Amino acid sequence: MSPETFAQVSNLLVPTATVVYALAMVSHALEWAMGRSAVVNAAEVKEEVLVASDGEPAASGSTGTTVDAVADDSTGRSERIAAASRIGLLLTWLAFVLHLGGVVTRGLAAERVPWGNMYEFTITSSLAVAAVYLVFVHRYRLQWLGLGVTLVVAAVLGLATLALYTPAGPLVPALHSYWLVIHVSAAAISGGAFTVGGLVSVLHLIKARAERRVLSGGTMSASLRRLPSAEAMDGTAYKVLAFAFPLWTFGVLVAGPIWAEYAWGRYWGWDPKEVWSLVTWVVYAAYLHARATAGWRGRRAAVIAIVGWFVFIFNFVGVNLLVSGLHSYAGV
Amino acid sequence: MTEVKDRAAAPPEPPNEPPALGLAGWLRWTWRQLTSMKTALVLLFLLALGAVPGSLIPQTGIDPIAVADFLEAHPELGPIYDKLGLFDVYKSAWFSAIYLLLFISLIGCVVPRLGVYLKALRARPPKPPRNLHRLAGYQTFTVDGPGDVLEVATRQLKKRRFRVQAYDGAVAAERGYLREAGNLLFHFSLILALIGVAWGSLFGYRGTVLVVVGNGFSNSLAQYDDFAPGRVFSEDSLPPFSLTVKEFEAKFQVDGPQRGAAREFNAQLTYQETPDAPEKSYDLRVNHPLKLDGSSVYLLGHGYAPKVTVRDGEGKVAFSGPAPFLPQDGNFSSFGVIKAPDARPAQLGFEGFFLPTAVIDQRGPVSVFPDDLDPKLVMTAYYGRPRPETGKPESVYQLDKTKLTQFEENGDKLRFMMAPGESRTLPDKMGSITFDGYSRWVKLQVSHTPGTDLALAGILLAILGLMGSLFVHPRRTWVRVRTEDGRTVVEVAGLDRGPERGLGDELQAITDKLRPVPSSKQEQP
Ligand code: HEM
Repeated sequence: MSPETFAQVSNLLVPTATVVYALAMVSHALEWAMGRSAVVNAAEVKEEVLVASDGEPAASGSTGTTVDAVADDSTGRSERIAAASRIGLLLTWLAFVLHLGGVVTRGLAAERVPWGNMYEFTITSSLAVAAVYLVFVHRYRLQWLGLGVTLVVAAVLGLATLALYTPAGPLVPALHSYWLVIHVSAAAISGGAFTVGGLVSVLHLIKARAERRVLSGGTMSASLRRLPSAEAMDGTAYKVLAFAFPLWTFGVLVAGPIWAEYAWGRYWGWDPKEVWSLVTWVVYAAYLHARATAGWRGRRAAVIAIVGWFVFIFNFVGVNLLVSGLHSYAGV
Repeated sequence: MTEVKDRAAAPPEPPNEPPALGLAGWLRWTWRQLTSMKTALVLLFLLALGAVPGSLIPQTGIDPIAVADFLEAHPELGPIYDKLGLFDVYKSAWFSAIYLLLFISLIGCVVPRLGVYLKALRARPPKPPRNLHRLAGYQTFTVDGPGDVLEVATRQLKKRRFRVQAYDGAVAAERGYLREAGNLLFHFSLILALIGVAWGSLFGYRGTVLVVVGNGFSNSLAQYDDFAPGRVFSEDSLPPFSLTVKEFEAKFQVDGPQRGAAREFNAQLTYQETPDAPEKSYDLRVNHPLKLDGSSVYLLGHGYAPKVTVRDGEGKVAFSGPAPFLPQDGNFSSFGVIKAPDARPAQLGFEGFFLPTAVIDQRGPVSVFPDDLDPKLVMTAYYGRPRPETGKPESVYQLDKTKLTQFEENGDKLRFMMAPGESRTLPDKMGSITFDGYSRWVKLQVSHTPGTDLALAGILLAILGLMGSLFVHPRRTWVRVRTEDGRTVVEVAGLDRGPERGLGDELQAITDKLRPVPSSKQEQP
């Protein structure tokens, strides 16, 4: 196939993937909507929260979606909920395959790695978000994250297609280096994990608040009950971010400087992109420290993880658009 | 929670109340504060926060012209920023203070931990706590007869690479010692990497020079346009190489939406490593620096240098040669000046644009493509009283117009456009200018950064340590038995000493091996 054909295939696959992610999102949204309608007996929830905050081996067993835990007398409903969750996951897999195809054909069309401009970096890094989610979904039982992940990926891909699209083309000379491949893939994958970790942390905060309300005599909506305990989510966020941090260290503090040394004759030059990558790194180092410091687990650590995620996003979007530097891409 | 207390115990958490002791007490207190985990946390945040302004405000070290522009545009804010060091954040006193404090805190934190760790390495897994049932994953069950539970447990735990210690009626096991080793390796390697970086910035140098194709450069301070030495750099450390730029080739995208984007640059050099070394050649490209005796030569940029001849009113040649013009946009509309201070009866100066592919649109003459498809020179000219040679260095890219008058023609300021080979006579028999042709120039950077290998090794070791620190799960497991009515009551419990809480499925797997049949007799706490 010629580069033009590959480009056409890619231009077909990426929007299709977007639509399928959106369908997956609808399925997960239905799952939540169905779970929501049941109102839960306060005492029962309180019991659950107390057990969870008692230092139970939260990570084992209770991490998963407790679909059947929804206090609802009709088993038909909980079956429907489970089905919606499964369909959502299946659609996410389908969308991921299409998405992967779109990114690969884009690379074939441009005859290089598909991250030479902002459109390409966006479709590649959102692929990384989906990949990190799908890799961890069974290991850490992340089904409950489906709605968040599909929402983010569908929105980002939609934005990329509508606002950032650039036709495929070759690279400017500074980008000809295999260190670019290593540097950017490490950055994209850890970015995907930062995003998943950030989403988990947001949900953690929501759930933790609900748990506190329950402890002081309030109720918790059924949809929130379906989330794992705040503590378990804290552990999940840690695991995902612990995976991302060494990779980001390598991408930003090893591969990036080596490439910069070749391209610009210095391995570190305080270029805005470099500064913000370092800031991202430092914030996540602070996150890991915070979790090791008694009293900083849970809420405060989650806030740092969310700050880190925002810093990462700002580095990726804001710095490219607002600040001029050597890292400005061709095309946008 | 036991586990948190347990882990925080390694470096004792400093008391928050300052002690009512003398100077020594105060010093000790300050030191403990500085090396506490909370301080590290605060310093990390300060470092992140402190790095930000440098990415938003122009920096002297990166773009001095932008700083000058900023100062001009903000006459009130500018000097305040300057006082605060905001134009040179990464060298400012306050930024240095943050990272030095972090550095000291780092050393003060990890060195004592090393001692604690070495002791912990030799320690045997501790006795089971009395109240095993309070721990995570506690399980108890009974087996018939005396059984061989402890032997099976020992075997199982050893197989899972636990360090095992037998106690009376119990087995204690611990593993994951590498986690703390990884953590220490990480922090120590970070120190190593920082030393490497500091080494480079103290002893290294970086200089840039603009060389017109056909000309040469030899590595001495005087030849650089711009030179940034490290604090302890000495001129003797410049390797005595020389080079000549034979040719320069640039390729640009000629069609499609990215028309005009750079595709390939290639500067063909000949060089000698020392004055009497044999001449060699090299194709200098972006991403392919030339390495010479510890220094590296990079191709940073390129541009055009129109060749002109200026004759004065008396017909004498007052200037001849290429004058490098600096590109102002992606299509290489290039600005530059030509000075002929020795022209008579009046000195002459020219200023204007070289346009490699010129068109005239509503903005006036501009270049629409970076390659030389239709080159034109657009100039205006000045004259003034002859000036005595002052010997003061001045910019070759700027014309000091304070004592010069712009030529006029028919009441308008004089502006003219020339193609290569064309000439233009100045009004009032003041002379003429001829656009002979043009060459290209390349901007080269020569730099030497010692300590890079150390920094790289440090950061790679740090990542290795990090993986140990993040992925090794330190755990303790205890199995205790007691006899009751001829049956053996077995208790199993674990303690996760890592940050993620929870023991995974491991404890369950061990328990399953100990229990003859994973039966319904199992009792949960
Ligand atoms: C340049 C500054 C620093 C960076 C980038 C950094 C980074 C990190 C990272 C990424 C971890 C996570 C590894 C893990 O969870 O085990 C960690 C752990 C740790 N850091 Fe630092 N650190 C720095 C400075 C310090 C300082 C100054 C101290 C002492 C006050 C310190 C004490 C510790 C301790 C005790 C742990 C282990 C926590 C645990 O047991 O889980 N670090 N550090």
